[in-house]
Amino acid sequence: MDGLNALLDGMSAALTPMNLLYAFFGVLLGTAIGVLPGIGPAMAIALLLPLTYTLPVEQAIIMFAGLYYGGMYGGSTTSILLNTPGESASVMTAIEGNKMAKAGRGAAALSTAAIGSFVAGTIATFCLALLAPQVVKVAIQLGDPDYLAVMLFAFVAVTTVLGSSKIRGFASLGLGVWIGLIGIDPTSGQQRLTFGIDQLSDGIDVVVVAVAVFAMGEALWIAAHLRRAPARITPIKGRWMTREDLSRSWKPWLRGTVIGFPFGAIPAGGAEIPTFLSYISERKLSKKPEEFGHGAIEGVAGPEATNNASAAGSLVPLLTLGIPTTATAAVMILAFQTYGIQPGPRLFQDQGPLVWTLIASLLIGNAMLLLLNLPMAGLWAKLLLIPRPYLYAGILMFASLGAYAANGSPFDLWLLLFIGGLGFAMRRFGLPVVPLIVGLILAPRAEVFMRRALQISDGHLSGLVNTTFSKVVYVLIALLIVAPFIWSRVRGRRTPPEGPVGPSSPTTGADDARVHANTEGA
Amino acid sequence: MPVIVGFVPTKEGRAALDAAVTEARSRGSRLLVVNASTGAASADNRYVDDEELTALRAELDASGLDYEISHAVHKKDPAEIIVELAEETHADLIVIGVRRRTPVGKLLLGSQAQKVLLDAECPVLAVKAPR
Repeated sequence: MDGLNALLDGMSAALTPMNLLYAFFGVLLGTAIGVLPGIGPAMAIALLLPLTYTLPVEQAIIMFAGLYYGGMYGGSTTSILLNTPGESASVMTAIEGNKMAKAGRGAAALSTAAIGSFVAGTIATFCLALLAPQVVKVAIQLGDPDYLAVMLFAFVAVTTVLGSSKIRGFASLGLGVWIGLIGIDPTSGQQRLTFGIDQLSDGIDVVVVAVAVFAMGEALWIAAHLRRAPARITPIKGRWMTREDLSRSWKPWLRGTVIGFPFGAIPAGGAEIPTFLSYISERKLSKKPEEFGHGAIEGVAGPEATNNASAAGSLVPLLTLGIPTTATAAVMILAFQTYGIQPGPRLFQDQGPLVWTLIASLLIGNAMLLLLNLPMAGLWAKLLLIPRPYLYAGILMFASLGAYAANGSPFDLWLLLFIGGLGFAMRRFGLPVVPLIVGLILAPRAEVFMRRALQISDGHLSGLVNTTFSKVVYVLIALLIVAPFIWSRVRGRRTPPEGPVGPSSPTTGADDARVHANTEGA
Repeated sequence: MPVIVGFVPTKEGRAALDAAVTEARSRGSRLLVVNASTGAASADNRYVDDEELTALRAELDASGLDYEISHAVHKKDPAEIIVELAEETHADLIVIGVRRRTPVGKLLLGSQAQKVLLDAECPVLAVKAPR
């Protein structure tokens, strides 16, 4: 129960007026960017990173965590009222949620989404508080080869599980690893991949890359696709929540929590797969399956609880191992690194108060979000009426400002343009962005672990697999690569092709959803 | 020479459409219904969706008028589209709905109706929604 005691200490630290203010600012901004399609927490945190250099670390991290949770809430509002998912995590919500809104039950859909998010977020945050110290106990005993194996597992999982094409996933990962390794070789001190450009010898600032890929790439992509038929905002009607709605919602909320939390904790691309699983399991378990497709409240309650639980789940590997499982988690790691803090097993020892303040502020932020979203959903939806050129002009300005502020060097602005162009090309050719950012952040560390392990074993490759833990992880990696082939062969024999089934191809707004799935993977 | 009406799915738009139907009938002329959006925002409540479009068609079919609906996303704003269409077709009349506004509200908010009133070559009939 040391977790709970530490959490109480964290709670008292989080309840200072300044910390509360930053938590509030985070959830406010998070809700706004969650509502807006195409702008997600990863982009927002990347843009804010250079602006928060002067903030104390607690307040910056509290704000970013609030942003992450807030994005999950805001996305549901757009899904329900517009039938266009605001975030990749809210794709499934749009299916039933918008039907409910059109049938005059928008208020009930919004409240089951908000309350479900609150319930799931709270339970999952407590799970995080209980589970994280246990994971740390294991993680602290891991050696260099084990860490290398875990990181390779993250690489493979994030590229193979998500997205339509593994080759595109690996291409994106390769780009990320390449950018991450530019600069001076940490062991020998030689320059690598710098092409004789002096400014590259220090490596490329990851903040610049994150801003370029998320903000610049997305802005260019939107600019190229500006004229789309706009959707109508469905007016909010009906009663907020009847007794029947509640009795139909609470089980999906709890099931969603159970599905979402573990999926968030493994590098499987964030909330898309668990929300999809939650949706289909609710459809199977529902007493009124005929309502599905016509606005079943379970279909909103389940996935919305799931996405918040998975956000909390993704904080487990982030805080205990320093492994990002989603784009937003990756940018959060960046945030820690800009303060010279490396998330990992030692984080809980070295920065205990910081971590527990963060977790406590998540609980507080969750309560704030409920109050912020439930009565004001209609107001948030008004954000969708802002012409996108204004929004993206602002984003581009902040992106350039941030990239310049990172090091005060004009060269970074050229890098921003170049990598932003790369981000645009990746969206154009369907390369997922998440593997790039995960590769970028983990590659330099994976390299250090590999080099150290090899130095100890005197260059023998056996030094990489000399522990039981690493052997198990490599077997899992092999399974992850091989299993889909076997699976598709078995399935191909049994059933004829039945059309696309999967989280990336639900009904309406699928195109849109895929675009954002690529961008965020939150 | 047609009558052109700028239609939006609000009570002002409704009033404008009713007035335009009456005008077109008494003049015995064609009716051109314009509903447009720049598509710049993710959502635009003045752009009719497929359901409303079908309802609009059914209503105009029932009126027995010779009509045409222009419903498209275009980079020009709706006022420009209406004024240009009026010039091209040498329209007799443009009908638009206007919101009730105070002088201050007028100052603060840009208005498509105002643009049509100022730029159109032909007579413009401005209709308010019934109170």
